[in-house]
Amino acid sequence: MSCCAPGAEMALDLVNTGSVLPSTQEIRLASRSLGDDLRQTDLSVPTVHCAACIQAIETALGKLENVEDARVNLSTKRVAVRWRGNEVPPFVAALGRLGYQAHLFEADTDAKDKVLSELIRAVAVAGFAAGNIMLLSVSVWSGADGATRDLFHWVSALIAIPALAFAGGIFFKSAWNALRHGRMNMDVPIAVGVSLAYAMSLYETVTHGDHAYFDASVSLLFFLLIGRTLDHVMRERARTAVKGLSQLAARGAMVLRGDGARDYLPVGEIEPGMQLLIAAGERIPVDGKIACGTSDVDCSLVSGESTPRSVSPEDTVQAGVLNLTGPLTIEATAAAKDSFLAEMVRLMEAAEGGRAHYRRIADRVSALYAPVVHLTAFVTFVGWMAATGDWHRAMTIAIAVLIITCPCALGLAVPIVQVVAARRLFENGIMVKDGSAMERLATIDTAVFDKTGTLTLGQPRLVNAASIDPAMLEIAAGLAAHSRHPYSKAIAGLAASSSQNKFDKVTEHPGFGIEATAAGSIWRLGRRGWAGWKARTGGEGRHGYGGTVLTENGMIVASFVFEDALRVGARTAIDQLHNAGLCVEMLSGDTAKACSEVADVLGVDDFVPCLLPSGKVERIETLARDGHKVLMVGDGLNDTPALSAAHVSIAPATAADIGRNAADFVFLRESLLAVPLALDVSRKAGHLIRQNIAIAIVYNAVAVPIAILGHVTPLIAAIAMSASSLLVIGNALRLQNSRQSSPAKNVRRDRRSDITKLAQSS
Amino acid sequence: MTTLAYLIPVALFLGALGLGGFLWALKSGQYEDLDGAAERVLIDREDKLDC
Repeated sequence: MSCCAPGAEMALDLVNTGSVLPSTQEIRLASRSLGDDLRQTDLSVPTVHCAACIQAIETALGKLENVEDARVNLSTKRVAVRWRGNEVPPFVAALGRLGYQAHLFEADTDAKDKVLSELIRAVAVAGFAAGNIMLLSVSVWSGADGATRDLFHWVSALIAIPALAFAGGIFFKSAWNALRHGRMNMDVPIAVGVSLAYAMSLYETVTHGDHAYFDASVSLLFFLLIGRTLDHVMRERARTAVKGLSQLAARGAMVLRGDGARDYLPVGEIEPGMQLLIAAGERIPVDGKIACGTSDVDCSLVSGESTPRSVSPEDTVQAGVLNLTGPLTIEATAAAKDSFLAEMVRLMEAAEGGRAHYRRIADRVSALYAPVVHLTAFVTFVGWMAATGDWHRAMTIAIAVLIITCPCALGLAVPIVQVVAARRLFENGIMVKDGSAMERLATIDTAVFDKTGTLTLGQPRLVNAASIDPAMLEIAAGLAAHSRHPYSKAIAGLAASSSQNKFDKVTEHPGFGIEATAAGSIWRLGRRGWAGWKARTGGEGRHGYGGTVLTENGMIVASFVFEDALRVGARTAIDQLHNAGLCVEMLSGDTAKACSEVADVLGVDDFVPCLLPSGKVERIETLARDGHKVLMVGDGLNDTPALSAAHVSIAPATAADIGRNAADFVFLRESLLAVPLALDVSRKAGHLIRQNIAIAIVYNAVAVPIAILGHVTPLIAAIAMSASSLLVIGNALRLQNSRQSSPAKNVRRDRRSDITKLAQSS
Repeated sequence: MTTLAYLIPVALFLGALGLGGFLWALKSGQYEDLDGAAERVLIDREDKLDC
């Protein structure tokens, strides 16, 4: 098959690494030009963790030819390499030699986080203003009067202007947006309270009045901005961590032109009818038909099938399938936008709906709270007008009511708990996309799992190792080390240490197995029909039918039985979910037999096999119609629509990109215990949020009557506000202390190995 | 009263100086890799001392 030959040399560079490396063309495509021949490539290196790593990477990359400089960012676990010239320096290989797995990072998503810097700047300005105004206010409270007091008020008013304009702008914008769409959010009472407090204080200052609330309005902004910034930092961190994982979809492919020329084209430019070269270890970018070559392909991300499928010319393959053993030439039958992946995106968008209707607790509370507050203030004004007829006094007291009820504690009550909870989950390797995900997770009553890649690792494990002659196992391992087929990896991994066998010639026959000669005999490891060509299937009953065998000169000497390995902690996780009162189901695209085995071992209540992606969505929608709140845990492309159809969803970090984007939580470690942990923390967080809201309401119940009776001075307002905020923050911090002892420690110890494993498996 | 006339501007000026310093540090990217900055102090610089 001469037409496949060009692909083979590309495969050679990849053989040693054991996972998919981005090709130089792909790196070039992902880099961005800094002008003047200089280009920058961002790589995500998840295993960087200390000063020694930084130094090793920066020195090694800096020594490469054409590399201008390399800088490691430890917080985001990224390396930015700047280089010149037409040739891409071999930095991924250089990192590989140092023992770091590197993944390409999308150049276009690298825009700096503008919102965060705006928030931090706003916090800085508000903090500066609040500190200085408080300094002046304390002087006023401790007895300054007359001209001194007026001077202090005037200075305070001046300092407050930039704080309101700059820091307050964030709240004003959000409040205005909400009002314009006829909604109510927490920012509306904040915006109204702060601006009215400022306006009244300015009036008081002009008329040489006693009480000015500049300190209240500015320190309110300061406190709320701190909460908001923390919230944003947490989410941003989770987002970049998820983004930094390797891209599983192919970015482009080598196109073979009619005249024999080869071009590397981005996925979007591939058209039906083009011939694509797919080396072993690459993902197939678009749907296609195999024109030539045989190989094994891993469809686990696409269909949930756990065993690799062998393919030969005329077979069709879907986008996202991983080519395992031999180079393939495929003819594209659909453009990327019509491929399987795009189909999943459409299904996913159609499924999104149930979640969009969810309203966050904070929004629900504020929708009730804001009208009540504004009404109370209005009634107070009318009441005092009727009682005294003094509009200035009535106005002052009404605004004092607004200030005292300004939802400082309420504004902090929800985000602060969610920040603390997200931090706890983050420490345990779980990323939370946003706060509402935790609120939704706390309410679920049914958990639905995908099988391949979620309950199982999607990697086969040799189960009959004990019954195989160790000498044969060693020979098999020596052979298997030459292949990247999952079965070979499983065998090779078992006897990795001593593969001293000297084979004269090792060749891999894609779709069949590996052949080698040693000391005059021919050894084959692979499919029974091919490897055991002398053995009559009937006569070799001892070794069973089918499966993988090792043969010497055509006689079967050992047979291997594989099983998809269960994910670490799967059994315990399911037990814990049962204990938490959940119903556990399994939905899979795999066969009924494979499903029932896993379901039995894990104690899953119910399972549905052989499901198409749309079937999973239907099942989840049926559950939802029956009034269940469903959690979906899945990793494949075929799970993606189900992930967005469910009430809340979790994906492992090894999931397809699109699945990780659709999921609310992503867990980075191998263990499935992340799921019950996330549930536990979310439920506790929900509990604390309700407590916090109760505290805020009690505070209001005490403070509001005092305000209505007209006894509030700026000093009382300041004390009441700070005290309630501190109480709410203190309550939220209890979440961090609860039961953080054993699991966190264990987990920290093997964090590095987990990450390494993750990087290797992805 | 007279002392206040220059003490308040001085206090505000010092505060603004700190604020300006913070905003400058933020803009020049010094808060972008806090973990890295903490670890980098441990790296020996390869300065050539043979002058």
